[in-house]
Amino acid sequence: MDITTLLLARIQFAFTVSFHIIFPAFTIGLAAWLTLLEALRMITGRPVYRVLFDFWLKIFAISFGLGVVSGIVLAFQFGTNWSELARRTGPIQGPLLGYESFTAFALEASFFGILLFGRKRVSEWFYLLACAMVALGTSLSAFWIMVNNSWMQWPTGYALDAQGVFIPTDWNAIIFSPVVWVRFPHMLLASYVTGAFCVAATGAWLLLRGKAHAEGQAMMRMGLGLAAILVPAQIFFGHLTGDYVHDKQPAKFAAIEGRWHDEQPASEVLFAIPDEARETNHFEIAVPYVGSLIASMTLDSKEVGLTSFPKADRPPVAIPFFAFRVMAGIGFFMLALSWYAVWLNFRGHLFDRRWLLRVVFLSFPLGFIATLTGWFTAEVGRQPWVVYGVLRTADAVTPFLLPQQVAFSLALFAAIYLVIFLAGMTYIYRLLRAGPGPTVPAPATPQPPNPKRPLSLARHSGAAAGLEKE
Amino acid sequence: MAEFWIAALALTIFLYVTLDGIDLGVGILFRWAPDEGGRHQMLQTISPIWDGNETWLVISAAILFGAFPLVYALVLSAFYLPLMLLLAALILRGVAFEFRAHSSWTRKFWDIGFWLGSVAAAFVQGCAVGALAVGLPNEDGRFTGSPFFWFSPFSILCGVALCLGYALIGACWLIRKTEGSVRESARTHALVLLAAVGVILALIFVYSLYLDLPVLHRWADRPVLGAIPMTGLIGIAMVLVGVGMRQDSWPLIGTFIVFLSAFGSLAASFLPYMIPFSITYLQAAAPHSSLSFMFWFAGIIVLPLTVGYAIINFVTFWGKIRPETDEY
Repeated sequence: MDITTLLLARIQFAFTVSFHIIFPAFTIGLAAWLTLLEALRMITGRPVYRVLFDFWLKIFAISFGLGVVSGIVLAFQFGTNWSELARRTGPIQGPLLGYESFTAFALEASFFGILLFGRKRVSEWFYLLACAMVALGTSLSAFWIMVNNSWMQWPTGYALDAQGVFIPTDWNAIIFSPVVWVRFPHMLLASYVTGAFCVAATGAWLLLRGKAHAEGQAMMRMGLGLAAILVPAQIFFGHLTGDYVHDKQPAKFAAIEGRWHDEQPASEVLFAIPDEARETNHFEIAVPYVGSLIASMTLDSKEVGLTSFPKADRPPVAIPFFAFRVMAGIGFFMLALSWYAVWLNFRGHLFDRRWLLRVVFLSFPLGFIATLTGWFTAEVGRQPWVVYGVLRTADAVTPFLLPQQVAFSLALFAAIYLVIFLAGMTYIYRLLRAGPGPTVPAPATPQPPNPKRPLSLARHSGAAAGLEKE
Repeated sequence: MAEFWIAALALTIFLYVTLDGIDLGVGILFRWAPDEGGRHQMLQTISPIWDGNETWLVISAAILFGAFPLVYALVLSAFYLPLMLLLAALILRGVAFEFRAHSSWTRKFWDIGFWLGSVAAAFVQGCAVGALAVGLPNEDGRFTGSPFFWFSPFSILCGVALCLGYALIGACWLIRKTEGSVRESARTHALVLLAAVGVILALIFVYSLYLDLPVLHRWADRPVLGAIPMTGLIGIAMVLVGVGMRQDSWPLIGTFIVFLSAFGSLAASFLPYMIPFSITYLQAAAPHSSLSFMFWFAGIIVLPLTVGYAIINFVTFWGKIRPETDEY
């Protein structure tokens, strides 16, 4: 097996999965947001919630469609590029990932259609139920992915047979593993926070351009208000996730901390340039004792350094080290921004400061960046293992794959994803720019629109009328 | 349990081949549409169904991974290039379908993309079946052939055959769904394609005699299996009578029977092998704990739900299209 093949296959997986995660991260949050809007509309009867709902529903539909399209490739990649992984862990990962697909399909076949096209055909309460079920379904999809990935991080409930195949012996242990129940909320909250910041940023953008005043204000208030509650919860679950890494993946923890040697008490590296060749940090800024405090909640605990692990078992250091700091930095920035905004709102000054509107507007990609860097930390930090401690990534790749084959498919998917991404972003950008408007009844179409084709929704809506003229 | 999942897999693959065959076939015939109005009508006939149809491909992959991981790992890695081409072709096709409506000066580009994506998807599927029939070189479930083993003269012949077969079911679909000039040209296409499919199947048969494929021995051992392909003759008769007597539903039902008999013949020649003739479905099956874990929700709830949904969708859109009002 060629080392280039392994590298290219890893790049390909990283590329396709990173591209894909952007859309689910967005739609999981948006589905919950739509349910909240619909419930608020029913409780208060205020029409603004309906306007906001119709506006975000279109964006939800397009993102959902892009998520499905970009996910198809992943369903095949395990077999094409990682056949040894599929062969050996298939009895466990196959059913878990299968459940993820089945959940999504069950959803499309049931409540998704009602959500998109059925408002006039069902009662108010049933429509709210459909919203809640779609929100539940997208979360369930995420749940299966997190169960699967958590099993790769901390394998449990299995036995190895003579051929090295992982046989599931205890599904309860796999599904209710303690790792799942800190990482799943962490991912769910990441989606909610990402959604909340996108909503707030869209509101700020509308206000900056002097459009849709009432809706823009409502979006900013609700988005930042929700973020002010969600971000602290997210930081808490982030801390719990750190605890599991500390206990169960000490090498990853040491890489994140940039800690090369065992220390007692341990200091916390705030910034450094890690140097893997010399096993040291350059330009290090560190705070004594805090490393022990964060890792073990004491001031004098001994913390493990990377040099305590054989070189072959160490993860790359730079990516987890920096990705973690970007993620955590964004988290604390979001905390400060949302709390400041809530405080201003109490004093009635939230919309007075144009610079604040600009900052909120420009914060729209932060949730996505934090989600991606969080995943980079988790996945690169797990290396050199694909199933932690049991199966190495180098042994999981398809053994006879040639670098030319992977390079070809990588280029192919890069080109295709670029086209889809640009087109999808153009759609969403135009919808966002047009802003929420009074709902124009869709032109009478003899063919009801189809929930399997969410991308076509843009054409069936009033706000997209301007889109067709361009 | 393994029996349930092999039956479920056969069902989902058959649904995929037949249903996506319809819209891939329409895509292949797209090149020969009478005019822009005809192209528009052709797309209209498949717009409510095409990506629901492709769902079955992903469901098949999910079942394969969950229930038969050994075959999933072997087949997907062995057919690396054709699979990548298939996925690219299907995505290209879908994107072209959606964007065509929005475009004006780029419409020609999307049209070519739609046609090319359809042909490529059909061709590589046919090649894969042909290569599978010749035999997938493997040792202990690990592929040992060359990256281009699927691209032999025999499998190319099978690839062309599947393109023609899909075009045939597409033409019959158009007869069922349209009127006027599109229906007229579809009738002509159906007859030509039926003849072409007959010729190429004969060629494949002679070629497999020449290659002395192991599949043939199974048929020689169990001649009673010959009844399955014979039912295909009923289907062919229905297509001919339907076109001649202008019964618009008959050709579609006829080709459906042809597809069923062809699929049945393939299954009969392979079973109990999943990879002929080296791995049986029992050898490939995941442990019982995996199979039953999937069965209790995915097997008895999601699968019937999705089938039911597909049926409702087809019934809703069963009638002829109305070209002047519908948008696609």
